[in-house]
Amino acid sequence: MEIQIPTPLRTYTGKQASVQVEGATVSDALASLTAAYPDLKKHLFTDEGKIRSFVNLYLNDDDVRYLPAKEATAVSAKDSLTIIPSIAGGRTLGTN
Amino acid sequence: MLRLGKTDYEAIRAHGEETYPHECCGVLLGHATDDGNSVSEIARAGNTRTDSAHNRYNISPQELVKIQRQAREKQLDIVGFYHSHPDHPARWSPTDFAEAHWMGCSYVITSVEKGKAALTNSFLLTGSGEEDKKFEDEAVEVG
Repeated sequence: MEIQIPTPLRTYTGKQASVQVEGATVSDALASLTAAYPDLKKHLFTDEGKIRSFVNLYLNDDDVRYLPAKEATAVSAKDSLTIIPSIAGGRTLGTN
Repeated sequence: MLRLGKTDYEAIRAHGEETYPHECCGVLLGHATDDGNSVSEIARAGNTRTDSAHNRYNISPQELVKIQRQAREKQLDIVGFYHSHPDHPARWSPTDFAEAHWMGCSYVITSVEKGKAALTNSFLLTGSGEEDKKFEDEAVEVG
């Protein structure tokens, strides 16, 4: 299946915007990705092996965290997984 | 240096005026070059922080995926983002910094004072990751 790589992480995939990986599930696909591009791992996962809070994963048009099986969701060769870091901000900390 | 056309520059500022007193937000699409990001077009986005839109913005990942997909069809990349600061300086805040994760991208901020766009500044997010990221002032070339 194809994994879409966001701009800031292409440094670690030889500037490729998408890569093809093997895997039966979302987790397997990510494992294949970080096996092929080990420098990506710390940018995607915490030391405990969980996806970092600001990293969003979309399997086609669905947010993986809201799928019933989450990262254990089965994938096929026709699927596309998009890695998309969060974008947010605002003028001050706290509210006023 | 961030390069963008006059139409896009004015559209970014106009967006901030339209949403005032709330923060506007959007995406910069184009290419990274040797001397900075070059914007080919912008994409407006919705601010999902309806609970605190006067001082917070958030672009839904779902919308970002859609914007990125459409950009890819035009062979454009996401090279940055813009948002506005209603009645607040056009400088990044601690919140902007904490929520910045797109290294190599330009973060454009427009101050909108009493409904009128004032300054528009850009900041390049440098570093290799969360541990060493920082914002650097970058010049904006409007052509």
